[in-house]
Amino acid sequence: MKKVKGLLADHDIEVIVGTLLRYGVMTASAIVLLGGIYFLIQHGQAPVPSYHHFAGESIGYTTFSGILHGAMALQAKAIIQLGVIVLIATPILRILFSLIGFTLEKDKLYVVITLVVLCVILLSTFGGLKI
Amino acid sequence: MTILSFSLILLAGAYLAGLVGSLTGLGGGVVVIPLLTLVFQVDIRYAIGAALLASIANSSGAASAYVKEGITNIRLGMFLEIATTIGAVIGAVLAVYTPTNTIAILFGVILLFSAAMTLRRKNQEALTEGSRLADVLKLNGSYPTKNGEVHYKLKNVGAGFSIMTVAGVLSGLLGIGSGALKVLAMDSAMRIPFKVSTTTSNFMIGVTAAASAVVYLQRGYMDPAIAFPVVLGVLGGAFTGSKLLTRMDPKVLKYIFCVAITFVAVEMMYNGFNHKF
Repeated sequence: MKKVKGLLADHDIEVIVGTLLRYGVMTASAIVLLGGIYFLIQHGQAPVPSYHHFAGESIGYTTFSGILHGAMALQAKAIIQLGVIVLIATPILRILFSLIGFTLEKDKLYVVITLVVLCVILLSTFGGLKI
Repeated sequence: MTILSFSLILLAGAYLAGLVGSLTGLGGGVVVIPLLTLVFQVDIRYAIGAALLASIANSSGAASAYVKEGITNIRLGMFLEIATTIGAVIGAVLAVYTPTNTIAILFGVILLFSAAMTLRRKNQEALTEGSRLADVLKLNGSYPTKNGEVHYKLKNVGAGFSIMTVAGVLSGLLGIGSGALKVLAMDSAMRIPFKVSTTTSNFMIGVTAAASAVVYLQRGYMDPAIAFPVVLGVLGGAFTGSKLLTRMDPKVLKYIFCVAITFVAVEMMYNGFNHKF
């Protein structure tokens, strides 16, 4: 009986993870599309800047608060960048859901393994790896 | 050229990249980098940023279907993601100190290797006898086929884990999913049936790419004006590719693309040696 229950839970996690990934990508591409169209309406006729020389993006497009501020002010490029953040966050959210799933299954080994992966990603996000 | 025409041409190019990437199994990101650098003369750092996003979009989109079918081994993916995420962060840090020409040459080498890997003989057999470590880590699994559930066991967990770390470093350094190396680790070292190894590798690419993507985003490698046509184009192309794949066997296409990709790889290496990046 216990084994059957475990299998069911495993499949539930798979369905949830699959759905999460799909909606994440759909949300991200919808935001990117909206921002992109808006960007083209505003700047479509301007000449292409030189991407041949690397300048790096300004602070408004590299930090979460900067991007959020810009998107709230309806800046086209910041809206695209918000979609980019949703896209990057999707697999990270997937790990969080797996963590919840393994916790519900009382699979201690995999709770620890999932936590390690989560820590590595969060460290690289907040650990100031801007060398 | 105006931004409008640049975006539309890039969108079409990214669509083709997604289509080729999905039909060959190489992934869209790998095709996006030469497209941006060789065709559009974009600095390779912007190209890497865009390719990472393409890899995440590709992986999450495709994985959502496979995971639901129950082919993906989530535990195995999770365990190996320890190796790939640590590798990816190391790779993203190394990228700062690596000259762009060296990155281009390395990219060419990996591209050649990946093209060769798509032509390899696939591991179809399921092991019935695995190693003790695989058992302790609960990595053995099963997947549905037409003839019912197939159970498989795996071995060489240490070797697979090590190759995965290298795959992670390359992914962080070059902005690609390094699916070929991931499949090598699971197929050749751990002896997992290829259907499981390819889908699990795909599943892992999103997390691996996300680990380095945050670093690249903070460093300003991700340009919104390049990101939007690339993300939308690659997603559309990959979607078309996955529909086509269910209806045909792309064997001939695969050979043609592999030859084309070999030329691209040589071009990347040639330009790298001549310091054109």
